[in-house]
Amino acid sequence: MAHIEVEEGVPGIRSLFNFRPETGKPLCELAEVLLRGPSPLSSAERELIAAYVSHRNGCMFCMNSHAAAARCWYGNQKHIVDELLHEHNANSLSHKMKALLLIAGKVQTNGKSVTTDDINAAKKAGANDTDIHDTVLIAASFSLFNRYVDGLASYTPTGEAAYEEMGKRMCLKGYHI
Amino acid sequence: MAYIDLQNDLPGIRGPMIYRPETGTILNELAEVLLHDENNTLSRGDREMIGAYVSSENDCFFCQHVHGAMAQHYYQCDTPFIDQVKKDFQSADISEKLKSLLTIAGSVQKGGKQVTREQIDNAKSLGATDREIHDTVLIAAAFCMFNRYVDGLNTWAPTDRQIYIDRAPMRAREGYSQAGLVK
Repeated sequence: MAHIEVEEGVPGIRSLFNFRPETGKPLCELAEVLLRGPSPLSSAERELIAAYVSHRNGCMFCMNSHAAAARCWYGNQKHIVDELLHEHNANSLSHKMKALLLIAGKVQTNGKSVTTDDINAAKKAGANDTDIHDTVLIAASFSLFNRYVDGLASYTPTGEAAYEEMGKRMCLKGYHI
Repeated sequence: MAYIDLQNDLPGIRGPMIYRPETGTILNELAEVLLHDENNTLSRGDREMIGAYVSSENDCFFCQHVHGAMAQHYYQCDTPFIDQVKKDFQSADISEKLKSLLTIAGSVQKGGKQVTREQIDNAKSLGATDREIHDTVLIAAAFCMFNRYVDGLNTWAPTDRQIYIDRAPMRAREGYSQAGLVK
């Protein structure tokens, strides 16, 4: 049961958006712009970063839903998502994505753990300033979303099926309150 | 120096906010609702204090001094008082209710799952409403984002704390909606 009185049966962050729409609005807009707005990174890559950070934070709701969205975006390459999250295998990813995921993982730990070497490695692998900016802010924002969902103990559905539908909706329709 | 070319020399979060206004405007809107909006039973001072405390726990120099100065402005207190709350709020002269909320914020800073039912029940028994608990958790979570954004890009910050204190009255007057988006 959630720590505060939210509508029962409404999953995860959605129940919190309903509880407080004033904050739900900018949070939805942030997810929409970061994961689906203009960016040199594809939505598949951005959803993968989101799922990876959520995985590292142990946030099942965000990890499962954004992994499902990433699978939807990757289409016939969706194995990339499960290889990374479940087998810790990044072999199918580009050098650039590997370097960006390393930065995202550092941001998840703490902003200060990102080093000049990490940034230089990403640049050398072809990442531009906006790739790096967006990676850092996606990782930082999931440090928010994960804490919000778990800090209030919101309802986390179990089973893949619930998330597959959610992921499809996130991929096809996006993030709107 | 920042890790990327932000095309401006503004300090802290203001640099990347101007670099990428698509996200900068939304981050400001979030800060405005959470910290400045009058429609809240938590005082502006308490909300800023929660932000400053979490930023201090995350060792983010820029955010802890911006928001510490904001709390100081609203509380009309001195800097050592803010420093004491950041360092050891249990022994500071603040309400038991605020202590219970700072405890929750401190757990959120470590990880969402660190918040316990006991911490929530304690806050409720001291008069905290569901919405106050919600806002405490979200403010703490939001600063885990802001702090990582500021430090993950290695933005620069003025070292003189007086600069933060001098800016606080203007920020209190104007709020966060347009903060930093004008060069």
